[in-house]
Amino acid sequence: MEFSELIRTGQAQAELLRGPEAPPLRGTLCVTGHHLLLSPGPQATPDLWLLLLRSVDSIEKRVAGDCGTITLRCKDLRVLQLDIEGVEATLNIARSIEGLRLGDAWHFHPPERYYKRVAREVLLRSSQPLIGPQKRRCAEDEALLRAVLAGSRPGARGFIVDTRSAQTAKQARMTGGGTEAKAAYPGWKRLHRPLERGRPLQESFVHLVEACGDLEQSMDHWLSRLAGCRWLAHVKEALSTACLAAQGMEREGACILVHGAEGTDSTLVVTSLAQLILDPSSRTMAGFQELVEREWIQAGHPFQLRCAHSAFSHARPKHEAPTFLLFLDCVWQLGRQFPLSLEFGEGMLLALFDHAYASPFGTFLCNSEQERCLCEVRTRTHSLWSGLNQLKEQRKLRNPLYVPNPLALWPSVEPQSLRLWQGLFLRWTRPPEPSEAAWEKVWQIVTDQEKTEGSQPTVSASELQL
Amino acid sequence: MDFRKGSLRSGLCSLEKSQCHHPGFLRESLLKKMCDEETHFVLLVFFFFLVDESNMVENVRLVDRISSKKAALGTLYLTATHVIFVENAPDTRKETWILHSQISTIEKQATTATGCPLLIRCKNFQLLQLIIPQERDCHDVYLSLVRLARPVKYEELYCFSFNPKLDKEEREQGWMLIDLGEEYKRMGLPNNYWQLSDVNRDYRVCDSYPADLYVPRSATAHIIVGSSKFRSRRRFPALSYYYRENHASICRSSQPLSGFSARCLEDEQMLQAIRKANPGSDFIYVVDTRPKLNAMANRAAGKGYENEDNYSNIKFQFIGIENIHVMRNSLQKMLEVCELKSPSMSDFLWGLENSGWLRHIKAILDAGIFIAKAVSEEGASVLVHCSDGWDRTAQVCSVASLLLDPHYRTLKGFMVLIEKDWISFGHKFNHRYGNLDGDPKEISPVIDQFIECVWQLMEQFPCAFEFNERFLIHIQNHIYSCQFGNFLCNSQKERQELKIQERTHSSWAHLWKNRAEYLNPLFRADHSQTRGALRLPTAPCSFTHKFWSGMYNRFEKGLQPRQSVTDYLMAVKEESQQLEEELAALGERLEKIQKVQLNRTEVKSNKQSEPSKHSGFSTSDNSTANTPQDYSGNVKSFPSRSPSQGDEDSALILTQDNLKSSDPDLSANSDQESGVEDLSCRSPSGGEHAPSEDSSKDRDSDEAVFLTA
Repeated sequence: MEFSELIRTGQAQAELLRGPEAPPLRGTLCVTGHHLLLSPGPQATPDLWLLLLRSVDSIEKRVAGDCGTITLRCKDLRVLQLDIEGVEATLNIARSIEGLRLGDAWHFHPPERYYKRVAREVLLRSSQPLIGPQKRRCAEDEALLRAVLAGSRPGARGFIVDTRSAQTAKQARMTGGGTEAKAAYPGWKRLHRPLERGRPLQESFVHLVEACGDLEQSMDHWLSRLAGCRWLAHVKEALSTACLAAQGMEREGACILVHGAEGTDSTLVVTSLAQLILDPSSRTMAGFQELVEREWIQAGHPFQLRCAHSAFSHARPKHEAPTFLLFLDCVWQLGRQFPLSLEFGEGMLLALFDHAYASPFGTFLCNSEQERCLCEVRTRTHSLWSGLNQLKEQRKLRNPLYVPNPLALWPSVEPQSLRLWQGLFLRWTRPPEPSEAAWEKVWQIVTDQEKTEGSQPTVSASELQL
Repeated sequence: MDFRKGSLRSGLCSLEKSQCHHPGFLRESLLKKMCDEETHFVLLVFFFFLVDESNMVENVRLVDRISSKKAALGTLYLTATHVIFVENAPDTRKETWILHSQISTIEKQATTATGCPLLIRCKNFQLLQLIIPQERDCHDVYLSLVRLARPVKYEELYCFSFNPKLDKEEREQGWMLIDLGEEYKRMGLPNNYWQLSDVNRDYRVCDSYPADLYVPRSATAHIIVGSSKFRSRRRFPALSYYYRENHASICRSSQPLSGFSARCLEDEQMLQAIRKANPGSDFIYVVDTRPKLNAMANRAAGKGYENEDNYSNIKFQFIGIENIHVMRNSLQKMLEVCELKSPSMSDFLWGLENSGWLRHIKAILDAGIFIAKAVSEEGASVLVHCSDGWDRTAQVCSVASLLLDPHYRTLKGFMVLIEKDWISFGHKFNHRYGNLDGDPKEISPVIDQFIECVWQLMEQFPCAFEFNERFLIHIQNHIYSCQFGNFLCNSQKERQELKIQERTHSSWAHLWKNRAEYLNPLFRADHSQTRGALRLPTAPCSFTHKFWSGMYNRFEKGLQPRQSVTDYLMAVKEESQQLEEELAALGERLEKIQKVQLNRTEVKSNKQSEPSKHSGFSTSDNSTANTPQDYSGNVKSFPSRSPSQGDEDSALILTQDNLKSSDPDLSANSDQESGVEDLSCRSPSGGEHAPSEDSSKDRDSDEAVFLTA
């Protein structure tokens, strides 16, 4: 279907309300193949307001008299209200948005199940072994894990971190999966650290966003909802498991194999966080992008399936799960506890969240490398990384306080140390000015110093001429 | 007795620094010598003090509650003022000092195989778990501490023996640092509407009020005295804050003795006078900060609240803040949650909710916001009271003042605010914070809640406050420590009778002296958001309120962020200031040099490319010769070093000018480059260690407070 067929009314007069803190915008609304535009006229200060249609999570329309209202809930958790003149225009525009927001519908295949794969020297990730109800064994797999231990220092032990409970892992045998039997893998010790995934994780996310949208609630109500949605509990579990894996490597010198069922969700949270904890090079701007590229995109996290809808969708979640957001939240917690040790700031994490759910770049498209190859993503789209690495973005994305830290970052995972990520979950409900003013000031202090430092050697050089 | 010289020395040095007297063991004269004489002499004195074996217990274990580290083995000392635990570990010999006045409860637990556990909870939220090998020793320590932590006379308190080596004049100056007379002048008083009243001279009318009070000009002594007889504890309406922008004011009082129907003409006139003192509004708000039910219950006891029918032009408003008993229990419950050993997320959140603590904090903030908005937006004056008008009223008035006036968000202004709304208006510090042994039902974390309200606002407005979190924590600490005289007693009158100012030191002077530690590097006094009244969102949401682990878990260092943005930015600021000063000095030298060079180049007819070699400027002290390649490298690297260079930056202009005008050989060599790198590596890397390494080396920062005096 062509875009033009979906656009019946291209233009209309409209007023846009962007939440309690931003002033309303009036102007001409325009629907294009990929964007919704609002042009407030030549005199207005922001000359154009732009929304990527793919970032619309749910749409609601209402008509009254000869006016209509469209409420757009976006995947980045914004809620926008458009008051449009003309009933027909409203209905047409709503239909266009509804049709176009899904964009080119990709045909999804379930991700190819791949057997064990070595990612780093001593940190490995994989999917579950295909033990099955007959308790099969696989000589090659056992040999591989033996080889891992043999390749490490002599006497090294191995830990298998299964991100499912012992019960679930056992049940997985019924469907052909399972977990490593102790006898078959000498030297390896299995640990179960159940992490939430799939629909419960998505529901937790939806409930949290719902709670954050309720501005009227009492303090007690808020705390019980925060507890009830369990999001912070998931953050705590994910961080603890990553710390466990990292600790096993750093303190025990052990080899760690992480897997859940498919090895494309909670496994990636654990392995990528463990690397961030241990490896200083993954905490730089470039290193972190590499980490996301390697541990998430190339490792086959099914972004299309997981991020098809964000928290506002009315559709029953099928494959959606905010696994990647959970990872980003954990990184934010790490950055809060070690504010000088990450080269990227909160802005970077927010940008990754936004682009994972809706992006003009191709980086997060598809569910696996194979799909991306088939769709020629690399030749037909631009890379998000090149977009993020542009100079003008740096002030937003970088952490001005960064000082390289060669040591491992061991965060506290006690509830007192974990906080709700307000910058994300309350991004559109709290006034942005106070934190922006603080961010400006931080930059000013740091650049002031760089200026004085930068200018000093030239002067002292001239002094040396004496 | 087994002790090593090292341990003695370190313990002693700390002791000497703290300058505390130990009347139980040492004579004052001896101690004076101790401050002045050589260390070995002091060692000897200390020896005598230690010989008394009943005051020390060896092989005591200090349990670390958070990390799974092994308990530290050490020796426990009891002195007249402190409990001191010195670890045996020879490399660190870490010391933990606890002031007796900080001890809140001592709990002896059932004896186990390893020994007898003793749990000491402190008012500054430190929790010490000791395991003492012998039950008999444990019992002795327990009994001693129970007595030491509950002094019965003011003279037993630490501040009467604390001597920070200041002479009389310095001490007096310290007390003059905060001057409320000056503060009322700053507000613009006295003026046509308000005057200083001498009605309470010698505390004749109200013994818990200050002697100097501002009242409306039209309120005669007769009206004031009449009104005071109609108010609990005679705390009549008096000015707390005057908003000079629109003449609106915040006044405070206690509840009226209205019962079910009583009236008082003078009290009604008093409220009229307050209304008339604000020509911009034809009504005043009367805010009762209690829940309506509580206020109504008070009517049965002949107290109660204003009847709108009897007072003309008042708008009466209840704001339900709970009483001191509810708050005490709430804190207790919250601390129990903090003490949980690795709780789950929902245990913690449910527990926090159950305690109701954040709900109470929000209620106080909401009340402050209501009053600030009434004053700044409606231009109406507000009379605030609760029951006696010294707890909730103090909280709410000070929060509102803080929101309205940027002065109170500065370091000194904040001290003034506490001095005004809390100390001078008779907040019962002694009863609320249990300085002397008294009724446990009087104890309540009233000012702690105010301090937390300020922290919550700091979190929301990171650029609005001149001071940082540490300032709040240290004030909280001093309120309980009794190291200084400011927070003693229940009223100004009592303090005067005790001659506090002559016998103790002021904590304000101490805090002011160390103000560099308390500055917020993000403070922007001139920013549109922080000038004038703070702009709060129309609907203050619940989720802006957070649990303050920096206060309630502050001794669990492992739970706190491991790196401090504040400290880092302060270090950066300080360094750039130093560099700027250096730069200015170098700039001056450069100018001189350029003058000389200019004279020389006129003389010279040599090629421009190699002037330095020919001009003879390179002297013996210049060891490294610069090469031309470096020059271009330097120019290339320059912009990337200062990403936001602007023309307004004089330092930059200076360098660019000098690049243009002086000879092309002018360049930085690689040594200087790396010199710059060295400078930039200064990071105050307090927390860049793995958790097992940190916290063991540095002494607790709060302990340091006692020792830096």
